Amino acid sequence: MITTYSWMVPLLVVLPLVGAGLALAAAGRTWVQRTVSMSVLGSMLVLAGVLLWAADQQGAQVVYVGGWLPWEGIVLVVDRIAALMVIVSTTVTMGVLGYSIGQGRSSFDDESDGHSPLPVFHPTFLVLAAGVTTTFVSGDLFHIYVGFEMLLAASFVLLTLGGTAERVRAGTTYVLVSLLSSLIFLMAISLVYSATGTINLALLAQRVGDLPGGTIAVLQLMLLIGFAVKAAVFPMSGWLPDSYPTAPAPITAVFAGLLTKVGIYAMIRVQTLLFPTSRFDDLLMWAALLTMVVGILGAVVQDDIKRMLSFTLVSHIGYMLFGIAVGSTIGLAAAIFYVVHHILIQTTLFLVTGLIERVGGSSDTSRLGNLARISPVVGVLFFIPAMNLGGIPPFTGFLGKVGLIQAGVDEGSWLAMTVVVGSVLTSLLTLYAVARVWGRAFWSENPEGITGSGPVRGGHHEALGLGVLVPTTGLVAVTVALSVAAGPLYDITTRAAVDLMMRQPYLDAVLGSGVTL
Amino acid sequence: MSPNITTILVASTLVATGTYLFLSRSLVRALMGFLLLGNGANLLFLVASGPAGAPPIVGESDAPMADPVPQALVLTAIVITLGMTAFVLALAHRGRQLSGVDLVTDDTESARIHARAEADDTGSPSARDVADQIAAEGERTESRYHDEGSTGEERGER
Repeated sequence: MITTYSWMVPLLVVLPLVGAGLALAAAGRTWVQRTVSMSVLGSMLVLAGVLLWAADQQGAQVVYVGGWLPWEGIVLVVDRIAALMVIVSTTVTMGVLGYSIGQGRSSFDDESDGHSPLPVFHPTFLVLAAGVTTTFVSGDLFHIYVGFEMLLAASFVLLTLGGTAERVRAGTTYVLVSLLSSLIFLMAISLVYSATGTINLALLAQRVGDLPGGTIAVLQLMLLIGFAVKAAVFPMSGWLPDSYPTAPAPITAVFAGLLTKVGIYAMIRVQTLLFPTSRFDDLLMWAALLTMVVGILGAVVQDDIKRMLSFTLVSHIGYMLFGIAVGSTIGLAAAIFYVVHHILIQTTLFLVTGLIERVGGSSDTSRLGNLARISPVVGVLFFIPAMNLGGIPPFTGFLGKVGLIQAGVDEGSWLAMTVVVGSVLTSLLTLYAVARVWGRAFWSENPEGITGSGPVRGGHHEALGLGVLVPTTGLVAVTVALSVAAGPLYDITTRAAVDLMMRQPYLDAVLGSGVTL
Repeated sequence: MSPNITTILVASTLVATGTYLFLSRSLVRALMGFLLLGNGANLLFLVASGPAGAPPIVGESDAPMADPVPQALVLTAIVITLGMTAFVLALAHRGRQLSGVDLVTDDTESARIHARAEADDTGSPSARDVADQIAAEGERTESRYHDEGSTGEERGER
C-alpha cells in the first residue's frame, strides 16, 4: 500500500547514485568527495531507520515506479527484512568509508601510485551501495538482476583498483565467476517469464503454484544456483578465498560484509515467496553442512589472516543457508538474525586486520608476533569480534547459533540433526582458527623481528591514527551494542520471518488487500 | 502458445559453444564465451516474448500486439553485457601488460599451503622444498612488481 513514508523508498537508491555523480564531478577535490559520500550514507541510514519503524508499524512500504502497476511496471517494496538489511548494510558501508577516509590519501594503492588520491574510489563505492540497496528494496526479479549488476560492476572496479599484478589475477577469477552466475540468473528470469508471464515477485507468488512440478523445479534450481554462486555456497565457493584477500583491507571488509549476504537475501526472498511448498530443503541442508565444514577446514590451515577470514566467511554462509533450509519461522528468524550479525562482524574483523597490517606491516601470521604488547588497542579490537565470530556467549554469534540449532532440533530429521552437529563442530573450529591467529600474531615471540614502528608500506608514520581507530572502534561498539539489544532485534527478525512465511502481508502490500494466493 | 523451435535451437547452440569457450584459461576466449552465452540468454527472452505481433503501441493497429516487456528486458540485458565486456577487455589488456599473456593464473598461496601440508603429512624433504620454492616464487613476483611499479614507464601509462 502507498503510505505517508513511501516517498522515502526511492531515495535509498537515488541518493547514492546522485552522490556518485557529484563525487565524480568533484574528482580532484578530496574533501568534497568525502563530505558528499558521508552525508549521502548518513541520510540513507536515517531514511532506512524511519522505514524500518514504518514497516514494522504500518506494514510494507510500497512504491509503484512511474505509477505503473505491478502487472506492467517495477515495484519497490520495503518490508521489515528489507529495511533491516538496508540499515545494517549502510552502517557497515559508513564504517568502512570512515576508515578509508581516515587512512588518508594514498590508501588504496600503497605499492605503486605514490601519493595520488584515487578519485574513482568514492563514486564507485557509492554505486556499490546503490546496487546493494536496489537488490534489497526491489520487488521485481529483473530489477534484482539489475541491482546485482550494479554492485558487481562497482565491485569489479574496487577489487582491481590500482591494477597490480596480484589484483588483476584475483580480479579475473572473480569477474568471470560473477558474470557466469549473473548469466544463469538472467536465463532463469527469461524462463520464469516464459512460464508465468510476469517477473513481479508478488504476482509470481500467485502464479508459480499453478505450474507443473517439473517446471517449478527447473526454475527454482536455476535461481538457487545463480544466488548460491553469489553467496559462495559450497561447491560454488572456491572463488571467494581466492579473490577477496588481495584487495585492500577496507574493500575486502565491505565485500565480505555485503556481497555474499545479498545472495543469501535473494535466496530468502525467492524461497519464501515463490517456492513455499517445493523447497529442495534436503539439498540445501547438504549444501549448508558442506559449506560449513569445508569452509572452516580451509580456514584452520591458513597463515594469512585475510585468507583465514575469507574461509570463515564461506563457512558461516552455511549457517544462514541452514536457517533457510529448515523452513520454519524460528529457522528463518535465526537466519535473518545471523545475516545481521555476520555482516557486521565480518566487516569489523577485516577492518581490524587492516589495523594489524598498519601496525605489523603484514597480515601474514608467520611474519607477525608480539602484537599484544606492541599495540594492546588492536588486541582488544581483534579479540571482541573474534570471540563473537567464534560464538562465545553473550555475543550475537552465540545467540544466532542457538536460534539455528533450536530450529534444527525442532525440525528433528536425522539430516537436520547432522547439520546441527556440523554447526557446533564448525563453531569450535572457528574458535580454534581465531585462537590460532591470536596465539601467533598477538602472543608469540616475534620470529623475524618486527619493530612496531609503523607499517612497512604506504609511508605513514602514524600507524594508528584516530582516523582509522574511530571507525573500527565504532563498528566493534555496534557489534557489542547488538549483543545487548539482541532481544528487540530477535523480536523484529521473528516478526519479519512470520510475515515472510505467511506471504499474505507481502501480497496485500503490493497488490492491494484481499488478494488471494 | 508453442515456442519458436528455431530460436530455441540457435539459443542452445550459442549457450553450448559459449560454455565451451568460457572454460578456457585464456581470458579473451572466456570473454568470447561470455558474449555467446549472453546472446543465448538474450535469445531466450525472444522465446519468452511469444509470437511476433504488431508494434506494441496502443491504437496503431488492430492486430495482436507483441509483448513489450521482454523487449525492454532484453535491451537492458544487452546494455549490461556491453558494459561488462568493456571491463573484461580492459582487465585482459592490463593482465597482458603485466605478464605478457592473458591466461588466468593459479593462486600461489593455495599451492604453497597445499605443498606445506603434504610436507607435514609425509615428512618428505622434497615436498618441503616445493613449498619453499612456491613461497620464494610468490615473493619474487611480488617484488618484481614493486620494482616495476616505481618506474616511470608505468606512471606514464596512467
